[in-house]
Amino acid sequence: MTLDEILDIPPYSLRKDDKEKLLLARLNELTELHRENCPEYARVYGAMGFTERAGSVEEIPFLHTAMFKEFDMMSVNPSEVVKTLTSSGTSGQKPSKIYLDRATAQAQQKALARIMSDFIGSKRIPMIILDCPSTLKDRKKFSARGAGILGFSVFGSKRIYAFDDDMKLDVDSLREFLGKISKNTLAGGGADLLLFGFTFMIWEYFCKAAEKSGLDLSNGILIHGGGWKKLANEAVSPEEFRRRLHDVCGISRVHDYYGMAEQTGCVYMQCEYGHFHASTFSDVIMRRPGDFSVCRFGERGIIQTVSVIPQSYPGHSLLTEDEGEILGEDDCPCGRAGKYFKVYGRLKGAEVRGCSDTYERS
Amino acid sequence: MNGAEFLIGSADMMNSSPLPVYDDRAVNFIADISSRLMNLPESRAYPDIAALGFWCRKASIERLKAGCPERAFRLGRGVCFHVAPGNIPVNFAFSYLFGVLAGCVNVVRVSGRDFPQTGIILEVIRETLKAHAEIESRSVFVRYPADNGITAEFCRHSDARMIWGGDETVAKIRALPAMPRCVDVCFSDRRSLCVMNGNAVLEADDMRLMRLAEGFYNDTYLMDQNACSSPLVVLWLDDSNVAREKFWGAVRSVAEKRYRLQAAICTEKYLHACSDAITLPVRNVLRENNVLYRLELEAIPEDIDSLRGRGGYFYELAIGSLEEMCSIITRKCQTVTYFGIKAEAVRDVVIRRRLMGVDRVVPVGRAMDINIIWDGFDIVRTLSRIITAE
Repeated sequence: MTLDEILDIPPYSLRKDDKEKLLLARLNELTELHRENCPEYARVYGAMGFTERAGSVEEIPFLHTAMFKEFDMMSVNPSEVVKTLTSSGTSGQKPSKIYLDRATAQAQQKALARIMSDFIGSKRIPMIILDCPSTLKDRKKFSARGAGILGFSVFGSKRIYAFDDDMKLDVDSLREFLGKISKNTLAGGGADLLLFGFTFMIWEYFCKAAEKSGLDLSNGILIHGGGWKKLANEAVSPEEFRRRLHDVCGISRVHDYYGMAEQTGCVYMQCEYGHFHASTFSDVIMRRPGDFSVCRFGERGIIQTVSVIPQSYPGHSLLTEDEGEILGEDDCPCGRAGKYFKVYGRLKGAEVRGCSDTYERS
Repeated sequence: MNGAEFLIGSADMMNSSPLPVYDDRAVNFIADISSRLMNLPESRAYPDIAALGFWCRKASIERLKAGCPERAFRLGRGVCFHVAPGNIPVNFAFSYLFGVLAGCVNVVRVSGRDFPQTGIILEVIRETLKAHAEIESRSVFVRYPADNGITAEFCRHSDARMIWGGDETVAKIRALPAMPRCVDVCFSDRRSLCVMNGNAVLEADDMRLMRLAEGFYNDTYLMDQNACSSPLVVLWLDDSNVAREKFWGAVRSVAEKRYRLQAAICTEKYLHACSDAITLPVRNVLRENNVLYRLELEAIPEDIDSLRGRGGYFYELAIGSLEEMCSIITRKCQTVTYFGIKAEAVRDVVIRRRLMGVDRVVPVGRAMDINIIWDGFDIVRTLSRIITAE
């Protein structure tokens, strides 16, 4: 099956055996493709003794996500690269560089659209971007935030940024924007208004500013991502996040997603029951730290993600530094097929003993 | 010294006169420390405290003393300022005791990090000093947050400095003026390696193999391979796959039992191996699980000193003769541990080929055994001066 055909399959329709068959064939194909076209991947493949033709998705060899920070890895001629994604990277770290050719970039967009339509419908609806316009300044070099905004923007029939470049909430424009919606589209059932933003930005800027604004967004659906690390530092739980949002603007349909710049497009959306879901186009495997063997369902492990999309760079199977737990497969009460899981966040940093250069910095 | 917290002693003690080296008062004090440490219930929980206590036994100090026949003509240099490393808990105590043996007035800056060992050892020193007035008046322990002003103040009074903590710390402290005749003993960033004889491994019986594997474990995993003296590269003489498998199999089973493998170390090692596969002449990455990674090199990497590894991550390479060891020894090389080879043979190569590296050659298992000769320095002699009379 071609990538395009795969992406035509409804995103939460395949059950275990069918999905395994589909993924295995495609992922084996990608391993071969990258081995032939990406010299760095070929070196790793040889030295690490990667499995030649995996017999199951669990046997598909993986790279560590941070490899894209250290190396410029691509499986296409540099002249075919149309976009370079860079991950935000935690402070002080090198960002990941993800090289996209036209086909991979389009597939990312299509996969995202397919996944999103399951949550907001296939009709485009008015959209509020809970961020500022300057995030998108340089179109050739995207930050993860910029890529996210751009990727999700296609679901908006018309769009407005909630903040100006000084991160001040533009209440008047928002009110005017909302006023037009209620006249035009509010009659129907589904979502009438899409809100999109990054978890931390929403908490830090939107919740505070919206409190005094009196905006009513109760007819909206909010999609947010980017992780909880900063919020966890402030001891903000997902429950509190949702409660606060509801309090400040009446919104109750809030969906987090798990995803990474290294596998853009294949986001793992949170369903109505708070579970993250793997779509037909990707999958998650939890691995035990001791030997990377596969965890049982319900057992906490290191998250590996596989995706059918990455053709222009060897990112089809990646070991992350996040911890998670598979909750089940094909039987989530929300009705979506595939694995559903929970994310615990970043692995705890290693504590090590030793003596070199350990004098406290002065 | 405003801002420094005096844990033991006071600033005015820096005016005390030095003592002769291996003075009886110093030897008795250290022996007293030893028995207190060895009787401490905490010694059971902290092997490093037990090792410290064992090192300063009266018999072992007497042996060191006997090794310094000119001791009657040596006096401590004066004030010795010890900048202890932040990451090996017991090191400050060794540094201090070396200074005591040399007859110095010792000012020890202990790390701000909160190791339980620091408090336990300081308490023993504090209690022991009460019965040893001559040492007590020459012992100062301070703690202060990173502050070059306070360090500069201590340096100004220093006749000797023991600077632990690596290149960066050494450069920083040395930039601060000290007494004109001040002697610095600098412990810079070092690397270490191991030379194995494959045939000797093949011949080793179970008992010997077990001891070898445990020794290697103690040299490496015990400090997460972060100690300068932990070998990172294993060189194989009389190499064979059978020997390698036998050795590493034994090491792995010790590590599986004793090493606390953290998840973050597992992903780090995987990333490291994938990166190395791209940048280094790696033939194979061998890992049965995540406790032990072996990177088989097919040639010597260009920048051997840039190799890193922690938490059970090693490079290995076959060599045809001991002489071939020379091509990977740089001035950064500190310790060579060995098995199935004669120590003298290794030293002989170092001397004959006039290498800039290798200060110590010790059997596998002894990489961490710190003593008064360390990093190529004879510390007690360096911290004291000899008075000649003709």
